[in-house]
Amino acid sequence: MISTITESLSKLGNRAIDIVWRGGLMARFFFLVVVQSGASLRRFRLIWREIYFSGVQSLVIIMVSGLFVGMVLGLQGFQTLQNYGAEETLGVLVALSLVRELGPVVAGLLFASRAGSAITAEIGLMKATEQLKAMDIMAVNPIARVVAPRFWGGVISMPMLAALFSAMGVFGGYIVGVVLIGVDNGVFWSQMTSKVDWYYDVMNGVIKSFVFGIAISCIATFEGFDAPPTAEGVSGATTRTVVTSALTILALDLVLTAFMLRSYV
Amino acid sequence: MTPSDNLVEIDSVEFAYGKRAILKDISLTVPRGKVVAIMGGSGCGKTTLLRLIGGQLKASRGAVRVDGKNVSALDDQGLYALRRRMGMLFQFGALFTDMSVYENVAFQLREHTDLPDDMVRDLVLMKLNSVGLRGAIDLMPAELSGGMARRVALARAVAIDPMLVMYDEPFAGLDPISLGVIGQLIRHLNDALGATSIVVTHDVQESLNIVDYVYFVSEGRIAGQGTPEEIRASEVPFVKQFVKGEPDGPVPFHYPAKTYANELGLTV
Repeated sequence: MISTITESLSKLGNRAIDIVWRGGLMARFFFLVVVQSGASLRRFRLIWREIYFSGVQSLVIIMVSGLFVGMVLGLQGFQTLQNYGAEETLGVLVALSLVRELGPVVAGLLFASRAGSAITAEIGLMKATEQLKAMDIMAVNPIARVVAPRFWGGVISMPMLAALFSAMGVFGGYIVGVVLIGVDNGVFWSQMTSKVDWYYDVMNGVIKSFVFGIAISCIATFEGFDAPPTAEGVSGATTRTVVTSALTILALDLVLTAFMLRSYV
Repeated sequence: MTPSDNLVEIDSVEFAYGKRAILKDISLTVPRGKVVAIMGGSGCGKTTLLRLIGGQLKASRGAVRVDGKNVSALDDQGLYALRRRMGMLFQFGALFTDMSVYENVAFQLREHTDLPDDMVRDLVLMKLNSVGLRGAIDLMPAELSGGMARRVALARAVAIDPMLVMYDEPFAGLDPISLGVIGQLIRHLNDALGATSIVVTHDVQESLNIVDYVYFVSEGRIAGQGTPEEIRASEVPFVKQFVKGEPDGPVPFHYPAKTYANELGLTV
């Protein structure tokens, strides 16, 4: 009985040590990527290519999802606001929900699933097929040549995708609220423009999406680079990218929101 | 032979992955301009030797010197400077799958030089022509057969005219024609470039046709060495078993186990 408890505690302890250990490794990896970024920032076409693969190819899923989320917000918001006779503030509700929270968070979750997993799988497979070793023996640092462009591609793409998600969401809210339900067009937009603050709402959303972009890109590239060079290893790393990114985005969102709302408390 | 005649000198090197000893006191030399084979069974530490020469691993004891430089003592910059003069062919080519044949061969030229695009293209065409694949310049790695991929990887390995070319199992998984082609290319490119080559392989017959000298590695030690003629005539039990492909000998057929009768419960 006691041995079972000791064993469970020891397993739990090992797991905790493992998580801290990986966190440390990832921090070190992040530092290395930043230090090795000079070459890819000078040869920006390498980053353009990754912006295309991570950002442009995620456009459809981000835009369609944004539209649907905005439409749902329009429907749910209208029903609730109607109870208080405040239907004309529907535009504000939709826009604030999107730019402050849903845009960065949902776009981040989608980006991690669509682009993050692809980055991990690509780097993991390059490792499994000795492409990274080949690069290293050719005196080309794989962190500088393979990881850094993918990292920056993700960091640059993420805020733009989040902004596009929010824009499509507002458009979805407009279609449902104004076109289908019949909220006044002028009131919908004027309420939105007067109540949504550029600095506190929009910029804070941009900061969030930028931070999420760094987190997702770091996790995705680290998991790929650290993946055991086997089919099982790469599949496990891909899964870990999506799960870790999702949890990190939600945790960071809580921390960032707490800091950003401090002036209202 | 003076030390400067040897491009690579491995002196009493030991290496272990954790507690598992791979190389135990290995010494060998690779003279300039020669093609030297390192042979041995799977997992005997042949590839580890190449990694030590390329500086991807560091010896726990002893010294690995390439062109007079102690590889273990070099910093990152020194190591990369040395690697710019090395080429390596990996077991399955390790071509960059997101790049075309042209971009693969041009990779090092683009990374390490500021040559204009026209010149890079000419150099790539020359290298591809030397391996007979000029016509495949626009193909992607996924469109190549195993033998073609190995030849492209070979063109990539010699793209910047290295002083040392290392081949890790260049014959693995090839049909007899591709095997002969790769063998001849290794010899021909070495002589044409004035390079030095190290071929890590377990393909005895093909290697003995093209190399100048052979080292046999077994259980982390040099088990035999000599010119191809000496190796063919060798009476060293391990070398003899390896060259003739005999199933039993110094390398036993059976994995260590209890006696068969004991295992079957026939003895008390």
